[in-house]
Order: sequence, then C-alpha cells, then structure tokens
Amino acid sequence: MENYGPYDPTLDYAPGPATKEIAVESGKVQSWKPLHMSRRNFLRSVVCSGTVIAGSGYLFTTLAPSRADARSVERLVSLNVNGRTRRLDVPPNETLATTLRYRLGLTGTKIGCNQAECGACTVMANGATIYSCSTLTHRVRDKEIVTVEGIASDDGTLHPVQQAFMDEIAPQCGFCTPGQVVAAVALLNMNPNPTIEEARMGLSGNVCRCGAYDHYLRGTMKAAERL
Amino acid sequence: MTDVMHNFELYQPGTVADAQAILKDSDDPWIIAGGKDSLGWFKDRVKQPSEVVDIAGIEELQGIREEDDGGLWIGALTTLTEIGASDVIKNRFPALSTAADHVASPQIRNAGTIGGNVSQDTRCGYYRDGFPCYRAGGNTCYANTPTAMNREHALFEASRCVAVTPSDTAPALAALEATFVIQGDGDRRDVSADDFFIGPDIDITRMTSLERGDILLGIRIPGKWAGSNQYFEKVSDRNVWDFALVNIAMAASMDGGTVSDVSMVCGGVQCTPRHLSEVEDLMRGESPGSNLETLVKRVAASGAQPLNFNHFKVPMMRNLAARAVRSLAAG
Ligand SMILES: Cc1cc2nc3c(=O)[nH]c(=O)nc-3n(C[C@H](O)[C@H](O)[C@H](O)COP(=O)(O)OP(=O)(O)OC[C@H]3O[C@@H](n4cnc5c(N)ncnc54)[C@H](O)[C@@H]3O)c2cc1C
Ligand code: SF4
Ligand code: FES
Ligand code: FES
Repeated sequence: MENYGPYDPTLDYAPGPATKEIAVESGKVQSWKPLHMSRRNFLRSVVCSGTVIAGSGYLFTTLAPSRADARSVERLVSLNVNGRTRRLDVPPNETLATTLRYRLGLTGTKIGCNQAECGACTVMANGATIYSCSTLTHRVRDKEIVTVEGIASDDGTLHPVQQAFMDEIAPQCGFCTPGQVVAAVALLNMNPNPTIEEARMGLSGNVCRCGAYDHYLRGTMKAAERL
Repeated sequence: MTDVMHNFELYQPGTVADAQAILKDSDDPWIIAGGKDSLGWFKDRVKQPSEVVDIAGIEELQGIREEDDGGLWIGALTTLTEIGASDVIKNRFPALSTAADHVASPQIRNAGTIGGNVSQDTRCGYYRDGFPCYRAGGNTCYANTPTAMNREHALFEASRCVAVTPSDTAPALAALEATFVIQGDGDRRDVSADDFFIGPDIDITRMTSLERGDILLGIRIPGKWAGSNQYFEKVSDRNVWDFALVNIAMAASMDGGTVSDVSMVCGGVQCTPRHLSEVEDLMRGESPGSNLETLVKRVAASGAQPLNFNHFKVPMMRNLAARAVRSLAAG
C-alpha cells in the first residue's frame, strides 16, 4: 500500500507533457512527468517547502494526536481523482482543496475566498459541483472527483467548453477560469442544451473578479452548440 | 478571517443508533450534514468542537417519501438541489422548491441539506466574528447600539438579541405547517414549526429546539396545503450567496374568487419565521385585488420596531405581502 505525504514531484499525478528522468539524491534515477507549466512547478516547490516548514503544525501534521476513539475515521483514505485512485494520509480537518493542491499537486483548483463564496475551488463530486474549500476530504472518500485537470481528454484535446472559452477570450486574469470550466462542464453534462438563463444560473456560483461573466456565458453557449 | 480548522476527531456513523451512541459519549459534539454552516464556524475558529459527527452517510435520513394524507416526508439529509428539482415537491409544495432554489449558490445547494438549512445558526456579523455577545454567552449586544451595523437585524420580538433567522426554507416550511421529527436520547418527538424555531426569550444561545445529542430525522409536510396557491419571494443584496433581507412564503386556498384560507410567513425580520396573522385574518373571505393589497400593506409590518439601519425592511415586508396577494389575482 502506498502512502502519499506532501506533494512529491517524482510521482505522476496528472496527465501532462512527456515523462522526464531526474536523478535523485540517493543516486537512483526516477522519472516524473512535469505538469504543464514549469515556472508554476518551480513556484510550487518553493511555496510548498515554505509551507511544509512554516505550516507543518496544521497542514501536514505528522505529529497529529493518535485516534483517541477507535470509532472515529482512519486517516488513510482512498481518493478517486480524475479516474485514478490514490491512497492518502489525510487528517480529519483537511479540506478537499488543500488535499488536491498540496498533496496531489493539482493546483488547477484555486482557493479564492476559502469560505464557499467565490467558486474558484469548484470541482465535481459524482458529477455535481461542490466547493472543495468547504468540503472535508473525508466526506468525499467514496465519490469520484473531477478537477479541471481531468476535463481535457488524455491525449490533450480540449473539452468543447475549454476551446469555446479560448475562442471567446473568456478569461481575463484567469484566476476564476478553472472553476468556471468545471461549472460549465457540469452544467452541460446535465443539460446539453441550456437556455441562456439556465446557463447563467449554472455559472451563478462562480465569481469573476474581472467581470468577464458575459464572455464565460457566451463560451458556454458556444460549447453547447458544438457538443 | 478564515484559517485552517482546528484539530478534531471525526466520526462517520452509518446509522442513527451509532450516531446517537457517539453523541452520547462525547463531551463536546457537533453534527455536520452538508457542513456549509459548520465549516464556516470552524474556519473562523469561533467554534472549535473536539468531536465532529458527520451524519451524511446515514441512509435512514435520505430521501423524499409520499405520505397517505397527500403530504410528504423529507429526510433531513435531502440536499437543497434535490428539493428544488423534485417533481412531487414542485407539484404539491412549490413554495418550498422555490425557496430551496433561492438558497446561496448551485454548489452550496448541491451539498447543503434541508436539515442543516433549518438548523443553521444566525448570521449576525458580530456573533459570527466571535464577539462575546449575549448569544455567545456574554452580556451585551453589539448590534443593538446607535452606531452598530444592524441593517440585517430584527424588526420584531427582540429580547436582548436582535438577530434574525437566516434560512430561506424555514418560512416556506412554517407556512406549510410542517412538523420536525427529532430523535432525542431515547425518545422521538414531533415538533411543530412554531415550536422548532425558538426566539431569544426562550433560549438566547440557540435558534431551534434541538438540544445537544438530538438528531433531526426529517420534516413532515401535511397534505393540508398540497397543490394550493403558493408564493415565495426573497429580497437580498445579490441574487447569489446573500442571505435574505426579507423573504416571504404564502400558501392559500381559494374558493371561487375569494381566499378561503391562507398562511403567510416572513423570514429575516425576527429570530424565528414570523407568521403574519393580521394579514391572514384580513385576507380570509376577501377577493385579491388592489383594495386588499392596500389593506394588507397597512397591517403587514404593524408593531415593527426598527433599529437604526433597518427601517427599509418595513416597506419591504409590506410590499412582499402585497405581491403575495397579487400572485393570487394573477393565478
Ligand atoms: C456563502 C454562503 C451563503 C449562504 N446563503 C444562504 C442563503 O441564501 N439562504 C439560506 O437559507 N442559507 C444560506 N446559507 C446557509 C447554509 O449553509 C445552507 O443553507 C445549508 O443548507 C446548510 O446545510 P448544511 O447541511 O450544509 O449545514 P451544516 O453546516 O452541516 O449544519 C448546520 C447546523 O445544523 C446542524 N444540523 C444539520 N443537520 C442536522 C440534523 N440532521 N440533526 C441535528 N442537527 C443538524 C449542525 O449541527 C449545524 O449546527 C449560506 C451559506 C454560505 C456558506
Ligand atoms: S444581535 Fe444577537 S447575535 Fe448579534 S451581537 Fe446582538 S446578541 Fe449577539
Ligand atoms: S475558494 Fe472555495 S468558494 Fe471561494
Ligand atoms: S478572469 Fe479574472 S477573475 Fe475571472
């Protein structure tokens, strides 16, 4: 049984560019797949190591109190994300957004408000959109999670929603985009032919601080035409 | 300010009996269903229960069932999305499905449960931010001072605390005369909406009659108002996420052109959903129209005691009551 701790670049978490080989300290060569943007990977490793040192008290607690009561949940969970099942060590108070971003390296899921009020962290659980910042990871143990990384097909072909968002130049700063993509895909899965009002309702749980709402709405309608 | 949540022991019982056993053994238990109210408390570090009981896996609390009297049983864990989409609720109790559709945002409705929606705590900003006010066990109210931010607070029945009920489904359920079925330690009791929601005069530290260890099993809506003329409207700053400044729910039965019976309830104006009994008395036997609307407006908010910044709720209540009456004329 594998037990995943904090984000480990030697593990393949997401579909992406070709596998690279890196030499690790022990002299062994391991392969890893870089995620789509190397600058982001670099930033993440910096941010992550900072977090691990400064925040280990609560983020990746290795010194967590052992279970006082055997009826409470075990920390080890199997989590099905983007079609792959992972064994993870997750404390009971961890949110799904934290698990996705800092344990699995799936940083497409953003944390905006961290209090269920913006939609940047939107993912699907069994097809329904939820705010991963306000969901305990233990709650979704038995659900199929899809993040923005799992929307394009394995060969890299974009989902019609992603393509239409590009064609409509929907993102401005792009911070809300992953959440908008997930919300639009979930909407079209449920209702492939929405009216513009239905599409507006479907995307209504996602704030865009740049105010590009109409662009996302047009993108969603265009994607519906192409589906 | 949100923070990472405190450490707690998490339980995920599969049956009501297991949940009860855990609740009974615990010194400091907290139930979560959808977690949409609870996790906010935890992240703000205002409430830090040491034992959290996640009841979402309990099969017995799921689902909507038709009852013999034409009413419905709604399990406490039914999500607001399920309630909004349910055909049988839309047909019999459209006021409830419309109310559920107006809660928060689609993502919150996908996770938030009806049980959590009616049991949620008030949204008074001072209290939620951890001020040691009356409701938090202290000895002052920060919202009821001349300069306080109290535009969202109460018009009626304040008793030291001026906080209001935040729920959108509560007024609809109160108007439909729902009963709340509660499993206590050993006993099971049916509580009417009027007794389920409690004001600060009864207990200033909680909003419902649920006591520690109690589990809300579900809500029973009697057949009485099934298929009647119903209305729900919510006014909030934004259409998504924001809580109601005022909301209104009405169920009315018509006999020819006149109102034979009516039940009208307002949320957001008092600590509990407020029955507009003067409006109801006025409407019985009358036919909807501009005359009745004018009369209804006159009594809808009578007795209101506005605070410094919530006077606007008085005309809002009057207009919502008149609009509910107007919906009868249109239909
Ligand atoms: C950004 C935001 C906006 C919101 N907007 C609205 C709105 O516009 N209108 C509205 O009505 N609400 C709103 N809500 C409030 C609320 O969180 C949701 O409506 C939701 O329905 C609560 O349900 P839950 O299952 O997630 O609650 P939880 O957080 O799981 O539970 C809430 C409370 O109820 C108790 N509880 C839950 N189920 C049971 C049970 N079966 N037995 C005993 N106790 C129980 C819990 O102990 C807890 O104290 C909003 C919340 C957020 C975060
Ligand atoms: S209104 Fe109630 S909850 Fe708000 S500060 Fe006053 S006592 Fe506390
Ligand atoms: S980060 Fe989850 S809703 Fe804003
Ligand atoms: S594109 Fe900037 S927040 Fe939406």
